Amino acid sequence: MRELKILAVVVVFTLITYYLVEPFAHSHMHKHVEGEGYAYADLPALDKKGDAARGKELVMGAGACTGCHAISKEGMPAGMDPTMAAQSYGVNPPDLSNAGAVYEGKFLAALIKNPAHALMVEHKFDAAKGKMHPMPQFYGAGGDKDQEVADMVAYLQSIAPKTEELTSEQAYQLACGRCHENRYAGWTQIGQTPKFKKKQDELKFNLAKADYQDALTKYMGKLPPDLSIYIRSRGEHYIKTFVENPQAYLAGTAMPRVGVSPEAMDKVIEYLEDSGDAKRHERESVGKKVMIFTLVFALFAYLWKKSLWKELH
Amino acid sequence: MAHFTKATSLHDWLNQRLAIDAVRRVMATEYWIPKDINFLWAMGMVLAITFAFLLVSGIFLLMYYQPNVKTAFDSVNYTIMTEVDFGWLWRHVHGVAASVVFLVIYIHMFTGIYYGSYKKGREMIWLSGMLLFVTFSAEAFSGYMLPWGQMSYWAGMVITNIFSLGDLHLNGLVEWIRGDYVPAQAFLNRFFMLHVLLLPLAIMGLIGLHFATLRIPHVNNQEGEEFDFEAEAEKYKKGDKKGSKVIAFANDFMSKDMFVVSIYLIFFFYLVFFHYDFAMDPVNFDPADGLKTPTHIYPEWYFLWSYEILRPFSTNIGLMAFGFAQVIYMLLPFLDRSPNAVPAHKRGAFKIWFWLLLINMIVLTAMGKMPPEGIFSTIGFFAALSFIGLWIALPIITKAERKL
Ligand code: HEC
Ligand code: HEC
Ligand code: HEM
Repeated sequence: MRELKILAVVVVFTLITYYLVEPFAHSHMHKHVEGEGYAYADLPALDKKGDAARGKELVMGAGACTGCHAISKEGMPAGMDPTMAAQSYGVNPPDLSNAGAVYEGKFLAALIKNPAHALMVEHKFDAAKGKMHPMPQFYGAGGDKDQEVADMVAYLQSIAPKTEELTSEQAYQLACGRCHENRYAGWTQIGQTPKFKKKQDELKFNLAKADYQDALTKYMGKLPPDLSIYIRSRGEHYIKTFVENPQAYLAGTAMPRVGVSPEAMDKVIEYLEDSGDAKRHERESVGKKVMIFTLVFALFAYLWKKSLWKELH
Repeated sequence: MAHFTKATSLHDWLNQRLAIDAVRRVMATEYWIPKDINFLWAMGMVLAITFAFLLVSGIFLLMYYQPNVKTAFDSVNYTIMTEVDFGWLWRHVHGVAASVVFLVIYIHMFTGIYYGSYKKGREMIWLSGMLLFVTFSAEAFSGYMLPWGQMSYWAGMVITNIFSLGDLHLNGLVEWIRGDYVPAQAFLNRFFMLHVLLLPLAIMGLIGLHFATLRIPHVNNQEGEEFDFEAEAEKYKKGDKKGSKVIAFANDFMSKDMFVVSIYLIFFFYLVFFHYDFAMDPVNFDPADGLKTPTHIYPEWYFLWSYEILRPFSTNIGLMAFGFAQVIYMLLPFLDRSPNAVPAHKRGAFKIWFWLLLINMIVLTAMGKMPPEGIFSTIGFFAALSFIGLWIALPIITKAERKL
């Protein structure tokens, strides 16, 4: 009995200390932002039903999307390599093959109408001051503009993989990959690092990457960080809420609101876990076994003690 | 030369050459421990086991760690965590053990303080224990430098800066310690050496010394009772185990130790697998960047109380207070002027002093982590003053204590 009382005292003081230096201190040190469920409540709902076939014509034609973006799935290659694109636009306009699955529909519509507004970078790009966003606004192709936008969104959604089929690589590469390297996953802003056969190829690749990063740094004001183990340094909650609205944490930051759907964001998180916490499944399964082992060990230790101490008391 | 006969068994062969029976008797079966002890007396064994975990996991980590400012971070966070089979396990065991060992050390120390186990012949136990505390602190700090993350770098910067000693401006000393103007390759290399060689050697030597200091005074017991170990041991050997006040280290004491250790292991492995973040600060998963100061720089939790004694004062006074905090626990056996070596609950004013000190340490620890602003820095300031006040009061209140 007395031992249990002493144990209770030790445990209580330990828990108080733990509470103070961990949850309590961290709640004071970091701003807490509640997630909004990727609702993008400030953007108007997409209530027109789009026609994918008309959308296709617009994307390839009046919308001019393919002038800058590849849609490799539809056989539309990129006009330039990533480095040259970054040198022209600041960053490589992403391949839109999976855009319909990665981005929220109403976000895409808002993006097409006014990129700087949807991306929440109006503090950097202000048409009135002559600072144009590199992706132009769509002013309409002569008909009902809202309908045209809805058609384009419908087209992008029609060619995209279904939500369940979207892979974590596809989600990360489209949503974050043009800005954020992930060296533990072998990803660079100009693509997956290949296996090099010749030293020259490696040098060429690294040169192209360095040039890309220079252009990107100029465009963003700083090089976006490598996200390899951000899942450990920032944690899931922070990353999720940060992506939803970067301005909520870092007012004035150059990182745009990328407008991912909640499902695509889960895929992005999975990608970040694969690079930064690759052995999590093994940890959980080994953990369970070790816990069982220690419980059995404790039981035997107890029986041994009991049998010896019978003679002592 | 000694006389050797043909051995009748392997045991006999060894016994003739190494006297293993005698060693066993002296170290285990006839090493007497008081019977009236509780699980807090197993904390020493828990510490020994935790140290063994640190040593073994450290050896495995050492096979892949690279002490180079360019590769250290990835060698830990990528190579060990992802590529090496079970590297993540060794790293989590090492990281969690490094943190938990301090929790157990503090429990062990405060047990010693509560039961008065630092006086009347046990001064050397206490002093060797404090030397272990100091070397463990250095070991933990040097190890924290190795992943070369943001906290490694900036904690390294802040802590080595302390050696400029305020207005003495000993910048030369700081540079000598760093081997450079700022933490860089030379710095990482020497802390690597300290962490994997010199300090572990010192710790192993000190653990040996600590065990040796226990031999003559024996460990204390729950009531602080003094009795004749020889006479009680005779009783035990004659078979009156129930009546004797002592038990044998092995297997009597050992079996209880092992039970306590087993409960501890449940707690320990739960932390290793399911709750490791407290021991591996997220900030240190950003690579070191000398151009980007983290918003909050704080040491690991076990250094927070002494950090908070440094922080609330102006530089010079803070340093003096910090110096005071570093040595004062060492002096405990000499500051306690009371003739009684009994548990705190029998000692009147000392009992209050003990609980105040414990609460004071926890308040300091909590405030050491908080950003030094507003109410928290006021609380920290008064807690630091109280810490000093408590230690100044100790000789006075213990001097006034009546002999029991
Ligand atoms: C003049 C070139 C250009 C044209 C034309 C263009 N874009 Fe873009 N687009 C860009 C650039 C550059 C970016 C990257 C902007 C950034 O990250 O700051 C981009 C980004 C995007 C994104 C990713 C936004 C995000 O949330 O990360 C989508 C989706 C997109 N464009 C769709 C379209 C569609 C649909 C069209 C046609 C209506 C179009 N773009 C026309 C240059 C262009
Ligand atoms: C158009 C470029 C761009 C895209 C696309 C982008 N980011 Fe960023 N990101 C940045 C920039 C620039 C910063 C640096 C922000 C700063 O420090 O102000 C940044 C910073 C971050 C940070 C660090 C925030 C911090 O606390 O320091 C995280 C986490 C992050 N991005 C995650 C993502 C994720 C996840 C995605 C994809 C879903 C993504 N980003 C897409 C440009 C981008
Ligand atoms: C890793 C470091 C340490 C190890 C491995 C260790 C180990 C031990 C062991 C095995 C015992 C005997 C059993 C027990 O009473 O728990 C003991 C006793 C003791 N230790 Fe430590 N110890 C360590 C650190 C310390 C520290 C930091 C102090 C405090 C200054 C300390 C002070 C004492 C005291 C006072 C006793 C005697 C307890 C008594 O007589 O009841 N030890 N230690």
